[in-house]
Amino acid sequence: MDKVDTLAKNAPDQTGEKKKVIIKEHIIEIVSDAGEGAQKAGQSFGGISAKAGNGIWTVEIIPAEIQPPPRSKAGGSGNRIRVGSFYITNAGDEADLVVAFNEQSLLGRFESGNLKPDAIVLLEDKWRNHADPDIKKMYRDAIDDLKKTPLRIYEVPMEKECLKIVQNAQRGKNMWALGMLCSVYSRDLESARNEIRLTFAKKGEKVIKPNIDLLESGFQWAEENLDFKFEIPSAGITKPQIVINGNTAIALGVVASGMDVCAMYPITPATSASHFLSEIFENVGGVVHQAEDEIAAAAFAVGASYAGKCAVTITSGPGLALKTEVLGLASMAEIPLVLVDVQRGGPSTGLPTKVEQGDLLMSLFHTHGDAPKIVMAPATIEDCFYAPVTARKIAETFRMPVYILSDANLATGQQPFAKPEFKEEWVAPPFDQSPVPDGKQPYDWDEETGLSTRIIPGQPGGMHTVTGLAHSRQSKVAYEPWTNQEGMENRSKKLAAFQKTLQTPKVNGDDKGDILIVGWGSTKGVIEEAVNIARDQGYSVSSLHIKYLQPMASGIKEIMQRFKKVITVEINYSDSYKDKIFDENNRRYANLALLLRARYLVDVDCWSNVYGQPIKPHSILDLIKERSE
Amino acid sequence: MFGINQNCEIALPDTYYTLEDYQSNIPRWCPGCGDNSILTAVQRLCRDEQLAPEKTVFVSGIGCSSRLPHYMGTYGFHGLHGRALPIAEGVKIRRPDLNVFVNMGDGDCCSIGTAHWIHAVRYNMNMTVMLHDNEIYGLTKMQASPTSPQGLVTNTTPKGSYLKPIKPLSVTLGISNVSFVAQVAEWMPELMFEIIKKAYYHKGFSFIRIVQRCPHFTPHVFDDLMNPDSALLLQHEDGLSSSETMLKTYKEQEIHDPSNIDRARELADIDDVLPVGILYRNENIEVYDETRRRQRFVTHKMRKDALETQFDKFLIEPVSGGNGHA
Repeated sequence: MDKVDTLAKNAPDQTGEKKKVIIKEHIIEIVSDAGEGAQKAGQSFGGISAKAGNGIWTVEIIPAEIQPPPRSKAGGSGNRIRVGSFYITNAGDEADLVVAFNEQSLLGRFESGNLKPDAIVLLEDKWRNHADPDIKKMYRDAIDDLKKTPLRIYEVPMEKECLKIVQNAQRGKNMWALGMLCSVYSRDLESARNEIRLTFAKKGEKVIKPNIDLLESGFQWAEENLDFKFEIPSAGITKPQIVINGNTAIALGVVASGMDVCAMYPITPATSASHFLSEIFENVGGVVHQAEDEIAAAAFAVGASYAGKCAVTITSGPGLALKTEVLGLASMAEIPLVLVDVQRGGPSTGLPTKVEQGDLLMSLFHTHGDAPKIVMAPATIEDCFYAPVTARKIAETFRMPVYILSDANLATGQQPFAKPEFKEEWVAPPFDQSPVPDGKQPYDWDEETGLSTRIIPGQPGGMHTVTGLAHSRQSKVAYEPWTNQEGMENRSKKLAAFQKTLQTPKVNGDDKGDILIVGWGSTKGVIEEAVNIARDQGYSVSSLHIKYLQPMASGIKEIMQRFKKVITVEINYSDSYKDKIFDENNRRYANLALLLRARYLVDVDCWSNVYGQPIKPHSILDLIKERSE
Repeated sequence: MFGINQNCEIALPDTYYTLEDYQSNIPRWCPGCGDNSILTAVQRLCRDEQLAPEKTVFVSGIGCSSRLPHYMGTYGFHGLHGRALPIAEGVKIRRPDLNVFVNMGDGDCCSIGTAHWIHAVRYNMNMTVMLHDNEIYGLTKMQASPTSPQGLVTNTTPKGSYLKPIKPLSVTLGISNVSFVAQVAEWMPELMFEIIKKAYYHKGFSFIRIVQRCPHFTPHVFDDLMNPDSALLLQHEDGLSSSETMLKTYKEQEIHDPSNIDRARELADIDDVLPVGILYRNENIEVYDETRRRQRFVTHKMRKDALETQFDKFLIEPVSGGNGHA
């Protein structure tokens, strides 16, 4: 990626005009204490950039607590925005520029390796002369230390400038910082004003006016006091886009799918999907039921599905664990259900706000006994929107639970995608409640596919009792041994029948070579970016992304066999082959690697970690280089 | 009654459902099991009230009592241990047109599914709920249940059960939004039928504790209570008005106004007699399935418009040419 060579380039020339450095991309972070609005400023800057035709990806930096102790390293809250003159698919490498409202939030980002060594730092300076001598000392010590690093630190009188406009600088500093960023990145000020008008539209002119004043003040201050300026040319995106995060996309997808019952229990990082759905669902006849617990949420959804249209339940890993028995029931009784799992770090309470892809094997195998279900994983924010639409249709056609595995990376990431055009076929037609013909059975398993048509309450002549007990085609309790075998076979056949409809995923890069990187879920963008850079540098590497994890499309084995090495890249735990205690007999593999090895008898290696952070492109690049030797 | 709409001279229904229409598989309960008489009572209710079998769903948990839906000629959902209530709630929120009944045992309701029981009372959804309370785990072969009397020798409490039992009625009456609480014993078929009928017609969550013998494992736990003099028959013009025979049989009687929750709570707490009848009823509590879903009919256009409104909120229309300068 292009870097700014020296600040000297940016020094004002003789005309007094700052030179703009044209760059391909920048990663910008804004961090503050929770509640100071850094997230809002970051999102707004992302929006302004997208309107300017840039590719963007924004992701929230979230502390685990609502009000963590102020000025703490782990309590920093904010936003990371990657802006480029090309389509951006992931949060990228280390940040180029960071705006920090206090030095501890800055240290938090610095020490966790999220900043480039020579990143530009725009730091609130009010702490330098703070009344509390401890705070003053902390600040000064931190700056003294940081100034020994190559970081380019600018101390900025944010509070002082804001106080010229508002009485409480804590409310508004974010907009001042936004103004500063707009100047640094040569943004159109009117576009920024519009963004503020939009953000505060509900609150009226009384709120809009001071915020625009703050924006302009920050802009002006930067124009006059900063000696650098960048421009990131448009990516040429001209079609209408919507900018939302993955959870909002899932909620909108649920509306688009025609589902109208969502049962949930609050759990991070999934809940914001239900928040959004709660706001809009009733307008389309829907209801979000906050159940008393995760089990009840799943059972409520199953009850609703049983009586008609498919319902959805939204959760995260710990919730999925609790719902296990109910999902076995849905599979056994062939009741359609859509389950969204916005994965977080596990096991146990784990890393509630951080990203992990640790629920894949659990999704496939958590029920006792054999309980077929379909597992899919969206790879982009756009996928998050379409996933519920597809999942609903599959669930009803194949009468089984469909899991959508999103993760914290998608949940809080924002990426523009083409505005969807609603299609009536997304929505299920009303359920046929006509009388059931004589002789038709609740489980008329088709010999070839195992499929059968559902009979729901309200249909005369179809009366039967569904049960989680082993049962016959008539839904009668099975007392003969062969009835259970027959039921199991037919439920499994449905999975095979569905598998026949899947297309072989496309290889990114050549379809044979030295290394194949295989991924699933939210890592698609970052893997492809790294692989493409490596290919440009002459490495023989390609990548494959698997969207349907259960069942998997045909052809995956053949693709893997055309490469000398196959490595999965995942955000979950695996034993490192570098540690001596692990050998072939005891090494535990990452989720997808284990699955691929078991299914295809291919010697799949894995590279994964559980730092709770999105994978950075350069770490995959390093992996490719290392394994190519 | 009998499916005939007396206000209508023309449109007589062409179907009359008989008891057989509500029967299905032959019950596999033990001879003498109290579940049999509960089954008979609900089948009679369905027949007398002519509930369309296709519009009626019996939801149950797991245990002996929860086999009941298999023996009904209606729709049924034999669910998971403890989870009958949330499943039934899902059915009801989707389909208010269905008659929803729930049958569960004391293990289902008062142990593994306790959270659901408490919150189901709070949701106050329109359904009739029967707790078959035999004070023992039967299907798993005689373990102590939360309602087992203290000292009961079971396979898990060989020295006698250690704890005092939970009181299902007291618990239910302590939960906000409680709207219908009744108690009866399965050996009082007439009274049981009347109470289930009242429960069915109550708008909201109707909770009936049915004291039920397990002839196999706890044949004698109710011996004292089976003496007619141990029953306290609750009578009121707004509650039950029992027949002459009932009044003759059950001489211990109390005029109890079902709107009196304080007295209801006192009655629920009594140990040595068995109050039978309607302890509490309040028709004025909001019903969740009604309040949460007012708008049900949705056209494609409404859905498209709702989505468009949201898309517009997040819409960006890139300005060609990119970065203008202020």
